[in-house]
Amino acid sequence: MQWEIVIGIETHAQLSTQSKIFSGSSTAYGAQPNTQANAVDLALPGVLPVLNKGAVERAIKLGLSVGAKINSPSIFARKNYFYPDLPKGYQISQFELPVVEGGHITIQVNDTEKSVRLTRAHLEEDAGKSLHEDFHGMSGIDLNRAGTPLLEIVTEPDMRSSAEAVAYAKKLHSLVRWIGICDGNMQEGSFRCDANVSVRAKGSDILGTRCEIKNLNSFRFLEKAIDFEARRQIEILEDGGTIRQETRLYDANKDETRTMRSKEDANDYRYFPDPDLLPLEISDNWINQLKDTLPELPEARRSRYISDFGLSDYDAAVLTGSREIADFFEETSAQLPNQAKLCANWVMGEISGRLNKEAIEITACPINPVHLAALLTRINDGTVSGKAAKTVFECMWNGELEQNVDAIIDAKGLKQISDDGAIEKLVDEVLAANAQQVEDYRNGKQKAFNSLVGQVMKATKGKANPAQVNTMLKNKLDS
Amino acid sequence: MFNASLKQLSIQLADKKVSSVELTKEYLQRIKTLNAEYNAFITVNEELSLAQAQLADQMIASGQAGTLTGIPIAQKDIFCAKDWLTTCGSKMLSNFVSPYDAGVIERFNQAGAVNIGKTNMDEFAMGSSNETSFYGPVRNPWDVAAVPGGSSGGSASAVAARLAPAATGTDTGGSIRQPAALCGISGIKPTYGLVSRYGMIAFASSLDQGGPMAKSAEDLALMLNVMTGFDARDSTSLQRDEEDYARDLEKPLLGLRIGLPKEYFAKGMSPDVERAVEQALNEYRQLGAETVEVSLPNSSLSIPVYYVLAPAEASSNLSRFDGVRYGYRAKSYGDLNDMYRKSRTQGFGAEVKRRILIGTYVLSHGYYDAYYIKAQKVRRLIAQDFADAFKQCDIMMGPTSPTVAFDIGEKSSDPIQMYLSDIYTSAASLAGLPGMSIPVGFGDKNRPVGLHIIGNYFTEAKMLNAAHQYQQATDWHQQAPGNIGI
Repeated sequence: MQWEIVIGIETHAQLSTQSKIFSGSSTAYGAQPNTQANAVDLALPGVLPVLNKGAVERAIKLGLSVGAKINSPSIFARKNYFYPDLPKGYQISQFELPVVEGGHITIQVNDTEKSVRLTRAHLEEDAGKSLHEDFHGMSGIDLNRAGTPLLEIVTEPDMRSSAEAVAYAKKLHSLVRWIGICDGNMQEGSFRCDANVSVRAKGSDILGTRCEIKNLNSFRFLEKAIDFEARRQIEILEDGGTIRQETRLYDANKDETRTMRSKEDANDYRYFPDPDLLPLEISDNWINQLKDTLPELPEARRSRYISDFGLSDYDAAVLTGSREIADFFEETSAQLPNQAKLCANWVMGEISGRLNKEAIEITACPINPVHLAALLTRINDGTVSGKAAKTVFECMWNGELEQNVDAIIDAKGLKQISDDGAIEKLVDEVLAANAQQVEDYRNGKQKAFNSLVGQVMKATKGKANPAQVNTMLKNKLDS
Repeated sequence: MFNASLKQLSIQLADKKVSSVELTKEYLQRIKTLNAEYNAFITVNEELSLAQAQLADQMIASGQAGTLTGIPIAQKDIFCAKDWLTTCGSKMLSNFVSPYDAGVIERFNQAGAVNIGKTNMDEFAMGSSNETSFYGPVRNPWDVAAVPGGSSGGSASAVAARLAPAATGTDTGGSIRQPAALCGISGIKPTYGLVSRYGMIAFASSLDQGGPMAKSAEDLALMLNVMTGFDARDSTSLQRDEEDYARDLEKPLLGLRIGLPKEYFAKGMSPDVERAVEQALNEYRQLGAETVEVSLPNSSLSIPVYYVLAPAEASSNLSRFDGVRYGYRAKSYGDLNDMYRKSRTQGFGAEVKRRILIGTYVLSHGYYDAYYIKAQKVRRLIAQDFADAFKQCDIMMGPTSPTVAFDIGEKSSDPIQMYLSDIYTSAASLAGLPGMSIPVGFGDKNRPVGLHIIGNYFTEAKMLNAAHQYQQATDWHQQAPGNIGI
């Protein structure tokens, strides 16, 4: 039987506010345990939550960026359960009326574009952390994270492969950073995904029983967990078994998912509207103000790169993968009118490659767009060859000669020889010394021509303009 | 001195006839002598009280005194007060010393008032007789065999026994008004949102409201002037212009339309209470007010609605008492769930457990719509009843409680009978309306009867005016129990 994998994703994006969603404590990562937990976070008797406006603004921005409806009012609800790192015995979340409803995110996989529908996005607070080591058989509780603002973004079951799921997660990851609502730091848990996975016979329109895989904090784990889980479910079904609805955990070391809790053990969370918080009303005026603060969105930029700059779909998609990369590209190409493709190639090639290798963000790139544009200008006007430019790039990366492109070209003697007379002399010398290859070429062996070009280039130590050498050789041989 | 009004005390302090330290010592001495009899206070802390009294004397000396500066005020043990044991009447918090001040406590501190002690109360404010306190029942100064009412029974008893000039209470379904009635004092629950709930340990958040308990309407007005005001730390706190609740006290009542909800004068009210209430209404007519019959057709639903919604919220509000971070934790336990189970089983009393169970049940999957949602809908109908009735009257009056104070132990084994004690008060709570009780005479066994006054939203000044004018014409509010040693 042919199987189809059906995936929906829930993402917890930590909102980039300075303070917590219902208290004034700092949200900074990495502080000593329990130093960022005040009376409200500790749920002392009598304390009350006060909603952080900044968290709401970020939720609205997400909603506006994905074409969703902003609900007014939306309602905060209590999700009741006992756990030591949940100080109040309930989590303040949103249940029946979330702040953001609907919307969609467009993904590209294998040159196909697909729209993933969003169900909703709601505001909630994070729990604290239980530490099970170093306490002599007891558990430690760190409430620094308790009350950190989260936006839970939920999709419809619209994805059909782990590749689509990863494409969605990457797109969302890029978007939340693009609009500045989440730092996207997956290692610190600022952006984590739960995947709902089910399988069904291809062609069926009935959803299979799903399993939820919790807390996937890298794209690679998301992909591997889904692949494993889909295989597991298919094997069970092919053996005539049935899938049990449950929550599962992905073990990266063993590359497998295993049961965390089954549906039968699931809590009855007894959601009800939190009487400590009034319904959240959002005025059109507020929405419009936030709309004005939104940057040009990735989709809009992508279209513009294709229509205005003539870039390919692929280039446009890669360059708009993050706002910083897109900005870098635009700042570079602003210095070089009509050379968008050259700029795109260098940003996506040398710059991105080097950043990856050094594992640094583009914001920390030692070469800024103005310097890069200066180098590309010298390629464009024929001063240096593409190959020599890479040497210049290397020098600039290392901060040599204050990254002055022309000074580096001079110092390293990388200037391309464009003087016709000088090149002609070398061409003549090469032709004279290689009678056999000249003969071969005239007998139709194209390979011989390439060899002759190579020898001229070698004689110029690579500094001749290859196009010029080509033309000159051809003229001489064919005359 | 112990019968003096707040205004009189304020003048004596200002005139240096007495210092705050002296006044405070006098009251501490009375509490020391009499608290064993009434059990009105859970905690008395001479050191903390006297330190505040010294500060108050400095404020008075430097001309910075306000009306309540230097006056001892008893604080219900539901308000967190920095460095004070704050128990909420529960074993669960029997070791909890608050590291912070509630909004209300802050306001009293800023006003220079002296916290004279933390008063006894039903455990987590759940009760109408003050018998559910971990610290034992409070006794009614008019008759120590009788309950003082609840949940603010300690505050009511303390004021009635003149152990404090005034006190704070909180009211969720009648917890200020009913004990005020049963102890023969005055008490007002303001409009929901006027008094900060920050630091007031939550029972049912959408109903809880702090308010003053004192010997007269005038004292209540002065207390309200300090207690009310916006608090950004409470999202349900209302942002309103400051008002002087004493401003209308002296207005004549001529033409005041008093609505008498016919449902409150039907069966259920005992004859002795009815006699006193009718007598009070006659007094009002003589003062120039007119009475009109109004109807609150859904009022019979207020107790069932209240006992769905209040326990629902309570079941969630009390989840934080889990023995993990503070409060009571069982001495020995196995795993985590065992720790929760034993700590909560041992830390909570029977009535609290009953309400947690009811609340958990009504919020459960499959029951939520039938109970919680339904109750919310009826709650809106009850509020609408009041809105309709207030088209025909300025304020409403009726009995505060269907009976005078009952005996300790009389209803403690019958929760439904106990719950019906709030039959007249819970509707105003559900609607968020202000309600008050003033003493209007005595019923069976010479126990006090309270008149319930319900106002429209934010009409506290008008209610206090009506109460004050009555108290100018009568002296019920000045009567003190005979055996309190004054």
